[in-house]
Order: sequence, then C-alpha cells, then structure tokens
Amino acid sequence: MRLRLGFPVIAAAITMSVLGLRLAELDTSGRFSLLFLSPVFLSPAEAASAPAASSADTRPPEVVALSARDLEWLNRITWGINPSSAKEFAALGPDKYLERQLHPPNDVPLPREAQAQIDALAISHTPMQTFVADMDQESRTANAITDPDQRQAAQKAYQDSLARFGREPAIRSVLRDLYSPYQLREQLTWFWLNHFNVHLYKSNIRLLIGDYEDRAIRPHALGRFRDLLAATLRHPAMLRYLDNDQNAVGHINENYAREIMELHTMAVGSGYTQNDVQELARILTGAGVNQSLPQSATVPKLPPERQGQYVRDGLFEFNPNRHDYGDKIFLGHTIKGRGLAEIDEALDLLARAPATARFISHKLAVYFVSDNPSPQLVDKMAATFRQTDGDIAAVLKAMFTAPEFKASLGMQFKDPMHYIISAVRLAYDDKVILNTGPIQGWLGRMAEPLYGHETPDGYPLTEAAWNGPGQMATRFEIARAIGSGSAGLFKGDSPQAVDQPAFPQPANALYFNSLRQTLGASTLQALDKAISPQDWNTLFLASPEFMRR
Amino acid sequence: MQRREFLRMVSLTAPLMIAGRLYAAPQTRTRFLVVFLRGAYDAANTIVPVASDFYYKSRPTLAIARPNPGDPNAALPLDRDWGLHPALKDTLYPLYKKGQLAFIPFAGTDDLSRSHFETQDTIELGQSLDASRDYRSGFMSRLVAQLTDLEPISFTDQLPLTFRGGTSSIPNISIGFVGKPGVDDRQAKLIESMYQGTELAPQVAEGFSVRDEVYKEVTAEMQEANRNAVSPKGFELAARRIGGLMKSRFNLGFVDVGGWDTHVNEGGATGYLAGRLGELGRGLAGFAEAIGPAWNDSVVVVISEFGRTFRENGDRGTDHGHGSVYWVMGGAVKGGRMVGEQVKVEQASLFQNRDYPVLNEYRAMLGGIFHRIYGLAPDRLQKIFPAVQPKDLALV
Repeated sequence: MRLRLGFPVIAAAITMSVLGLRLAELDTSGRFSLLFLSPVFLSPAEAASAPAASSADTRPPEVVALSARDLEWLNRITWGINPSSAKEFAALGPDKYLERQLHPPNDVPLPREAQAQIDALAISHTPMQTFVADMDQESRTANAITDPDQRQAAQKAYQDSLARFGREPAIRSVLRDLYSPYQLREQLTWFWLNHFNVHLYKSNIRLLIGDYEDRAIRPHALGRFRDLLAATLRHPAMLRYLDNDQNAVGHINENYAREIMELHTMAVGSGYTQNDVQELARILTGAGVNQSLPQSATVPKLPPERQGQYVRDGLFEFNPNRHDYGDKIFLGHTIKGRGLAEIDEALDLLARAPATARFISHKLAVYFVSDNPSPQLVDKMAATFRQTDGDIAAVLKAMFTAPEFKASLGMQFKDPMHYIISAVRLAYDDKVILNTGPIQGWLGRMAEPLYGHETPDGYPLTEAAWNGPGQMATRFEIARAIGSGSAGLFKGDSPQAVDQPAFPQPANALYFNSLRQTLGASTLQALDKAISPQDWNTLFLASPEFMRR
Repeated sequence: MQRREFLRMVSLTAPLMIAGRLYAAPQTRTRFLVVFLRGAYDAANTIVPVASDFYYKSRPTLAIARPNPGDPNAALPLDRDWGLHPALKDTLYPLYKKGQLAFIPFAGTDDLSRSHFETQDTIELGQSLDASRDYRSGFMSRLVAQLTDLEPISFTDQLPLTFRGGTSSIPNISIGFVGKPGVDDRQAKLIESMYQGTELAPQVAEGFSVRDEVYKEVTAEMQEANRNAVSPKGFELAARRIGGLMKSRFNLGFVDVGGWDTHVNEGGATGYLAGRLGELGRGLAGFAEAIGPAWNDSVVVVISEFGRTFRENGDRGTDHGHGSVYWVMGGAVKGGRMVGEQVKVEQASLFQNRDYPVLNEYRAMLGGIFHRIYGLAPDRLQKIFPAVQPKDLALV
C-alpha cells in the first residue's frame, strides 16, 4: 500500500485533517509542529489516495471503498481486514474470494520478506526426526554425567536448546497469520490446533509442535475431518501429550481414548459409555513414539504370526508386542483384534458418528458465528458434514452462506489472538514485521499464547472467557503498545539488530474509505479528542468496535 | 453469608460458638488466600518428623538435624514429633509460637498419577476423581458462586484453572510485574466513554479501577521501600503487594509459587530448598505484616500438588510422592499445633512403601474451613466440593 514511507507525518496529517482539528491545537504539540515541517514525505500519489488531501492526481485510487457489510464479512473471513485484503476482495468479488479461501493452493510462499524469515528457521530445513534424535542424545549424555553439578549444567543446556526449538514454530505461525493471502486456512489451522490441543511444555513437545502444526494439522485444515483426525493420531506430539505412548496391553492408559471421544469427536454426553472408552484404549494399545533414527532402530522381536505387523513411520511406531490383540466391542461394533487396522476401523466409526458431525459443526459455528449458534444452523452444517463425509470446506461454506452468519457480522468478540493479529494487520498492512517476539509477548500477557494451553480442552472460544475486567485493562495496554510506535516489531531477533523506522497506521485509506462508517458516535467523539497519532491509534484500537469482528 | 442463613447455621450447629463469641459475623471481613506451591515441595524436609529414626535412616545426606538450641542448622521444635526447617526461623516460626500457624501433615489428594500436570489440575478443579473433568469449573469459582460478598482476584499471569468457569468475571493481575499503567487517566476516561451504554461498560470500569488500586499499592510500597533501604524481591515482593491489596478491597485471592521440583541437589539445612523456603517464609510473614490489622481476619492456606518420596534418591534429591503437609495461618487461626489425622512416621506407615499416605483429604479440609469462615451450610458446601464430607479441624 502507499501510505508507508514517512508514516508519522502522514498519519498525523491525515488524522488531523480528517478529524477537523484546528491548527492552533496542533501547534500546542512540539511533535506535531515538527511533523508539519516535513511535508516532503507526502508525495502527490500518496496524497491522492488520502481522501482528505486535495490533489489533481488522476491515477485510480489503490484502496477501494467497501460497504460496511462487505467490510465486516471480510473481517470475519480473515484474521482481520487490511488494505491488501480489501483490494483482493474488491477485485474478485465475494463468491470468488470465498472459493479461493475455501480451496487454497497447497504451497504458496508468503511475501518475500516474511518467507525469508521462515526460511531462516531451523525447523524449515531440519526434519523433526533429526533434531529429536540429536536432542535425545544430548539429553542422555547429560543425564549420564555422574557429577551432580556438571549434570545440572548439561541438563540446563539441554533445556535451553529445547526452548530455542520451542520458539520457532510460533514465529512461522504468526507470520502466516499476518501475511498469508489464504487467511481462512490460517484461521482454521489455529482452530484445529486448539481443537486437537497439545501443550508446548509437556515432555519434549517443543521439538514436535512445529511438525505437528505444519504436517498434521495445516494440510488438512480445510480438508476431510477423518484425515485430520488420523494425522493427529499418528503424530508423536499427540501420542505423547495424551500419554498413548504409555498405553500398552496389560498397562492400559485411557487418557487419549477418553479425550478422542470427549474432546476430538463425539463429545461428552453424546451416548457413548465408559466401556467404549476402555475398548478404544485397548484398540489404541501399541501406537506410540520411537525417537531413534530409523537406521539405528531395531525392530522388536515378534512372534511369527505377527511378523510384518510392526509399523514405523517417522517417529510414529506401532509395536505389536504392546498391542492388545483381543477382539473389542466399540460403539456397538465388533472390531476384530488384528493390529493397526483396528485403529482405522475405530476412526471410521468416530468420524462418521452423527454426534461428531454435530459437535464439530457446533464448535465451528461458535468460532465463526456466535457463542450460541442456533440449532438450525448447526443442523444444516452437520447435514453437510454427513453428506460430504466430513468435508470441512463444505461445512464452512454451508455456514458462511447461512443468513445467521450474515446477521452475526461485527458482533463476535475477538479472542486475544484475533485482537492482536487484526491490529497488527491493519496497522502495518503489507509492511512485513521483522520480529514476532512482541506479538508472542502480548499473547502471553493476554493469556492466549500459541501452544500454551495446558489442558486438552484447548482455549475457550466464547466471549466470557476473555472480557473480564483485568483482561480488558490488559487489552487496552496492548492497544497502547501497538498504537504508540513500532513496539519492537521492526527490530530483528539478533542482538546486533537495529530498529527499523516504522509507525502503526490503522488510520489508513481503508479506514477513511470504509472503516470509519462502522464506528458509533461515542467512539467518533472520543477519537476527535485524540491529541496525537499515537493517542488516536490507542483509542481506536481500544474502541468497542475494534474488539469485535 | 446472608444473615438469614447465618441465623439458621447458628441454630443448627454448635461449633460456630467459639470462645464465647459468635464466630461468623461479619462475613465480609474474612480474607482468604490460597498459596499454591507448584512443583511439589518436599514437605518431609520442611516440617520434619524429628522423632522418626526412619527419617534419619532414609535421608542420609538431606535430613535436618533434631532440635538443638546450640545448632543453627537444627530443626526448630514444633511438638514432640515434629520440627520446622531452620530457614523459617525468623519468619514463620514466630507465627507458629504465637499460635497463628498450624500444619496439617499427611494432607493431599487421592490422585495417584504422580504427575504435576494432572494433580495440579485435580486440586484446582476440586472435582470428584471418578467423573469426567470439567475444565470450566474450578473450586474457587464455585466458592465465588456461593457467596455474594466476595471480591476475588488472582495474583497470577493467567487466570488459573481454579478460578475458571462461573458467571462473574474474576480479574487477574501479574503481581510480580506491576508497572506504571501505560494508558493514562485521560485515555482511560476516553476509553470508558466509548464503552458507555455497551455490555462491556462494567468490566471496563472495573478493569481500570483494579489496575489503579494495584498501582497505588505498588507505589506506596515503593515509597516504603525507599525508607527501609532494602527492597524485597521475588515472592516476598509479590506477597507484600498481595497483603496491601487484600487489606482493603479484595478478600479472596490465589497465588502460585514455583520452583519446588527438587529431584537433584535439594540441599538440607542450607542449599536450594532452604533458599526457596526462606523466600516463601519472608513472603508469608511479609503478607501478614502488609495486611495490617486485617491479619486477624485472614486465613492463608498453603498447598502443593503432592509430597515427595520419603527416601532421598541417588541424586541427593527426592522424586514425586504422594502425601504432603499443608499449612493454615492467620491472626485468628487456632495454630501453634499439628492438626488432623496423624500416623507414626516409620517404614510400615509409608504409602506403597515410598511416600507419606494421605490421611487428610484437602477438599474435606477446605470444606471444613469454608464452613467455619463463611458459615456455609452443608448443602452449599456440596456445590463447591460435591460428594465430599467436610472435615472440621477447628482451625479458626
């Protein structure tokens, strides 16, 4: 977008002129006078795109005006509107735009500056299996040291490396949320990661989480629910988080079985029994994690009739010696004891259960429509789920095209993730940030850090979980942090990095052309009283309208 | 508690008459603070079973010596069987001697997972272990739902599980990192004006008000610190701030303290654990000081997810165990004693031949305290801890 160079100047100029502040007021602030002394930043083209500036330039404006309704629609489909998304939306029209969002191409690099940051991460060029094996070795070596002090030092070094690995996936994730043109996929990636929650700080999940997000969740985020479920089941992050790596014949651990039924598929109270949980736990025996590299791994000694049953796929291992080969009765079906194929059979039953269609539809509607979606909407989505064998994009389409969706626009309270990402998207548009650290910090302060929910239920999705008094006060502090300056977002991660000049500019052309009309009188009045661009930004990002999507 | 219920309680239950005065009135004065030691503190080296030869046999490098007035590293006598870690000599031992601190040995949960993760959740949720967990219903939020005059607050970075759920919104404050609010008064007023007439107006006003209160408290403390020259750090700083905040406005609080998972090089009378205990002791004594006269209406409960193995391991540390020792303190607490079911500390009494058993289940114990301080009737205690029979240990 255009209004980028010389941001403070332009922000000040536009804000002040549009808000109709008198020049005398401007003179009271040294900062403002100074800004007005540097009009050189405002090129004619830039001035043209600013509606308040008069100019004879005839080039068509790059930023389109959207109706309030289109704006709110786009705001919900994306992590938050910005001029780039508005432009794309205007060029494609709603139907085509939605189709592209629902069926994104597989591998699209992000804008160059963002992609370069991702490419520089260790997780981008080292396979999970390699660094897990390396770290495993480091941990063993550390634990084998006899001197307690030296051992503690080595264990600390191991923990430091773990922490380093643990930070990388969140960097990639946030950059995608900010800059991917396929915003719906990124929102769904967050949604499913939360649905199939694992916690960063359990065991060595910091080494597994990036691969889990990138290879188990994201490729299936808009695909088939059955594939998504199976991908999480085969991932070491999930098997470890819910202790299925401890689940073996004679030593049953029901943890994962229970959560699959209660949280991942059918939901509590949908008619299954404790017996079903126990039988599923038996079915899941033997599905675990093997961290050794394939070349150094030994296949366990198997009885002759189970030769060939052993499966090793990356870190996933199915060990027949740990599996319960008895027959099971699960959800009223007899499942013949025969190894890994039992799990596929159980997943088919779970993914096709009507309760699952309903539960997943309801949860999607809570995320995208309202805290209390109507039974009619959920029924419609669940019917689509069943008819399409769990095609997530189809279920979403049914939801997005429902009248209830349109009626809900602009009314959903943003969770911290939506709040922060939408603010940074709007404030900087396609000017790529150089450091996601401040965003991770804000997410932590607002208690919704990525991969940071300890318990398998994931973060709550409803408004009441995020709008408490302390939470609102924190939100306003974050509004101020984002609105008052570049906040560290443009200072790279290395110790030598220099802070690059940048200034948040939510008051961009999109604001003047479209966003402003969605604000209420109280908000406009408060914004009129802003005494600086920083102040204006803070108030705007703290406004009740900006809390909702 | 409502007056009507109070009167009903009095007529139903005799123990409410304590020392000739009606205990429960007035309700709003009671301050209740839960201090959660996350990571499972080594109870056996903190409240030391000094009468047990088996203890000294089981901990050749870690054991705290039997009480001996001439030895600064010896345990401080609590009663015939127990002694206190010497790191608490100047902070909590005086409170014990004054009768304001009681210890409940063999305390904890029935959770046998020995997982920090699992058992902390168990404690915070306070639900029955045989049912499926409801992560949206912590026991402290259920307590809030039972009383109308509570001003709850969590002194933690995130709202802990125990305060989740319920209908009212409970504020949390990162008590260790209170800075000058960036949003100034003028901005706060403008922000409030934008929310006028919206559903969020009360939360927004309350949020600024809590924020200001916390900052005011911290500023006052800073001025004091300048006079005293030494400014407290870590938990001591946090606990003093909490004392200041619970002096006036807030009367139900939760705070957690980490760093107790001592698998390696735990230390004995000195060393790692001694350092953690010293800080904890300074914090709790600082809380008592900072809250001022309201200390007489305060009840502080110190809990931890489980105890540690009774025997030391090969790394001069201890591993995940079962039974712990919980603490109850406050100006009106009937302390200076060991409270609850006890058993002789010897090999035969260990649970699974490795840990303290749990003889005092924490929900029953807390239920008993809630009954005492809030006058909650059994049917309402059931809403907080379903299917638990409260155990009245006459602690307050």
